[in-house]
Amino acid sequence: MKISFTLNGRATIIEADPGRRVIDLLREDLGLTGTKEACGTGECGACTILVDGESRLSCLMLAPQLEGRAITTIEGAAPDGRAASDVQEAFVSHGAVQCGFCTPGMVLAVYDLLKRDRAPGRARIREAISGNLCRCTGYGKIVDAVCAVVAERNRTGGRGQGNDR
Amino acid sequence: MKIGESVPRSDGWSKVTGKEKYAADYYGPDFLWAGAKRAGIPHGRLLGIDAEGARKCPGVVSVLTHDDVPGPNRQGIVRQDQPVLVDGKIRRCGDAVALVLAHDRQTLKRAVDLVRLDVEPLPGVFDMEAALAADTPLVHEDWPSGNLLRHVAVSKGQGGKGLDLCDAIVEFYFETPRQEHAFLETQAGWAFSDEAGKIVIVASTQTPFRDRLEVAHALSLDANDVRVIAPYLGGAFGGKDGLTVQALLALAVLNSGGRPVKMWWDREESFRAGVKRLPGRMYYRLGARSDGRMTALACRLYFDGGPYAGLAGEIMTMAVEHAGGPYRIPHVQADGFCVYTNNPTGGPFRGFGVPQAAAAMEQAVDLLAEKLRMDPLELRMRNILVPGDRNCIGVAMVHSTSAGECLSALASHPLWKGREAWVRSAGPFKRRGIGVACLSHAMGYPKDVPDRAGAKIELTPVGTVRVYVGVSDMGQGNAATYLQIAGHMLDQDAERLELVLPDTERTLPCGSASASRCTYVYGNALIEAVAALRARILETASLLFPCAAGELALAPGCVLRRTTGETVPLSRISTALSDGRLVECFYQAPVAEEDSGIIYMGPHTIFSYGAHLARVEVDELTGAVEVTDYLAITDAGRIINPRLFEGQIEGAVAQGLGYALTESFAVEEGVILSASLATYTAPTALDVPDVASLAVGAAEETGPFGMKGAGEIAVSGPFPAVANGVAQAIGVRVKAGPLTAERLLLAGIDGTCDPKGPGP
Repeated sequence: MKISFTLNGRATIIEADPGRRVIDLLREDLGLTGTKEACGTGECGACTILVDGESRLSCLMLAPQLEGRAITTIEGAAPDGRAASDVQEAFVSHGAVQCGFCTPGMVLAVYDLLKRDRAPGRARIREAISGNLCRCTGYGKIVDAVCAVVAERNRTGGRGQGNDR
Repeated sequence: MKIGESVPRSDGWSKVTGKEKYAADYYGPDFLWAGAKRAGIPHGRLLGIDAEGARKCPGVVSVLTHDDVPGPNRQGIVRQDQPVLVDGKIRRCGDAVALVLAHDRQTLKRAVDLVRLDVEPLPGVFDMEAALAADTPLVHEDWPSGNLLRHVAVSKGQGGKGLDLCDAIVEFYFETPRQEHAFLETQAGWAFSDEAGKIVIVASTQTPFRDRLEVAHALSLDANDVRVIAPYLGGAFGGKDGLTVQALLALAVLNSGGRPVKMWWDREESFRAGVKRLPGRMYYRLGARSDGRMTALACRLYFDGGPYAGLAGEIMTMAVEHAGGPYRIPHVQADGFCVYTNNPTGGPFRGFGVPQAAAAMEQAVDLLAEKLRMDPLELRMRNILVPGDRNCIGVAMVHSTSAGECLSALASHPLWKGREAWVRSAGPFKRRGIGVACLSHAMGYPKDVPDRAGAKIELTPVGTVRVYVGVSDMGQGNAATYLQIAGHMLDQDAERLELVLPDTERTLPCGSASASRCTYVYGNALIEAVAALRARILETASLLFPCAAGELALAPGCVLRRTTGETVPLSRISTALSDGRLVECFYQAPVAEEDSGIIYMGPHTIFSYGAHLARVEVDELTGAVEVTDYLAITDAGRIINPRLFEGQIEGAVAQGLGYALTESFAVEEGVILSASLATYTAPTALDVPDVASLAVGAAEETGPFGMKGAGEIAVSGPFPAVANGVAQAIGVRVKAGPLTAERLLLAGIDGTCDPKGPGP
């Protein structure tokens, strides 16, 4: 079937089997391998994408659920014309990235959080990323990174550079 | 790019933007997918394989069995006892019996389900002690010591008789669970046959160079016809130390009609077929004089290796080597038994046997302190190894040994000093306790295994510096650290540094990414290579200017003549150097002076140390344990990159907390009961407290910029620290981990529990 949606800001029309998982469509058909699969059953959060700005698990979505939606994957997470968002920069500079396999999903889960809550504390951040497993960092450095973004945005009054569409 | 600075890691950008390509991220229009039919029963004789249904499935290219495996069909690191595809006996549920090649993943899954196995079930071996009884079925009929894969015995001083010299003796029995690595990127790779007919395997692997030999042996190929490439791994922690998809992929490529083949285990297959941390059963008797001098240790350690040797015997040996912890104990008898069973295969997992031993030993130390009416920290300080002392197997501490400094730092930390007030202020239905643990962890290979790495560095024609790294980066950041070393020594910034990741064709052999050795051994080789390149660059520049070499300094992209401010670009130097722009250096780590005969494979010589503290709160009504604060103090020598170091410590603590509290890979009669992340509970962000991490101690004189291994030491602390805290909080010391709410509640809070257990 034909499915029309916006992918990382670009109008996209694809032909897909209605039973095809969104993660396969992204990774295999569209070559967007930044979205990771680590469980396939909605338990780890590695496949997180943004659907109309809200975090969703692409391993639990089927192609028709994209119809008419605006999708952001990690490849489209940086603001237009920039290499990385403030969240992405903070992840790198605070040591929140180790093996990196949870990172794309983790970054997008943080986008969702910061859209809902402009000033989350550490406990709120931990709760918001608790659906995203990380086996390397122990989470502390990820929470540090998000706190730094929150502090910087509140200092500059910026609503953030994240492309959360 | 200075040593000692928290330089952001070079791979951070490609990972955080989704651009980094892992082994799992390769697809192509002509790719085939390979998938294994797993045995599903723990022990049985394979009578036949009916692959007709699968072969008829549209989209299936072929179904391969042991008949299609050229060569001995045996893989293994020390002992080759594991078939690539089962050819006689099934020895575990996760055994691969047939390999299906199909055009797409959906077809593959359908076809794998259609393969029928005709199996005569055999009685299995599931208990690591019962396995050693005389009338037990054998896992390998041809192994001379039956189900005993390896026995290691170490005796020092008067051995177990030393207990007669003690005024206080404690007996303690403890069982540690099977732990699953649960790395995010499950086992993955792809392979193809290149123009020259060479099989190229791109895999998520910690051991590219050893894999090549193992694959070649199993399939009777020439090792020169196998090339292994290891991109960044999406986590490994030991679980990718050895073959996962590699031999199956090579076999697939031999039968793919020239097409590339991809294999990517899903989470369930990863759990069912991957290796696990070996469960351990430990019987301890630890004794001291009345003044608190530890005097004797007698212990027996049983480890369940599952059906294939892998590195299971070596892991058990490492546990024996660390059985006595970082203490001075004159009389020691330590016996280790690694046993074949029909349970999931045991294998390397961060810590490599030490977490099991530390979980038992450090609880025994607390029991001893209780018996002696001494403060547990005081007892540890009293007996801690100092330079020149001999450890529990008799090896002298001739390298940096700052275990005592770790304990001192813990003793002066507010989390320790404020302990009494904190424990008293528990809320209703809550009990609080503070547990400590002290650790040592050997770095590198044991004496009989040469611990070598080769570094290669190039000043490229465009004037960048390229570092060829043959040791994998599974996420810990060693690759970025190598760039930091090169950048520091050559005064280059990040933009002028490049990496070539492990590739048996392009990089030099470096050994495995394991044993807390990567930065130490490769770093030492690299320092030598960089120093040589630096000397060549300056010498060439002094001819080009011309001027005395003493007037010159390296600067980003150029050589600077300090006296005049003139520069010459590195690209020009590269041209002038010609072949000299490439430098290769090998480094071999030092070994213990003691005789190899004291322990299988010989002893280690360099150790890292740690002192950990856990503040725990137990809910009286539910038994649930919350770790509210955690302190990890580490002696890993000098720190090259503090943020990366903290990442190693914090990540290891999180894994250790999971091991202590929730992670138990459930298996019953060889059948896996926890094959998903829903039933196997690794810690989430809500389960791990903020970890306070301190680095203390002397520089390690032999280490790159004074460092020594930091990757594993911290994983061994949380289990005993939490268990000691829980015991203090509720007066219960259970006999087995993890310390789940259910287990504590059933043990009876404030109940009495015989710490001696069933033996020894």
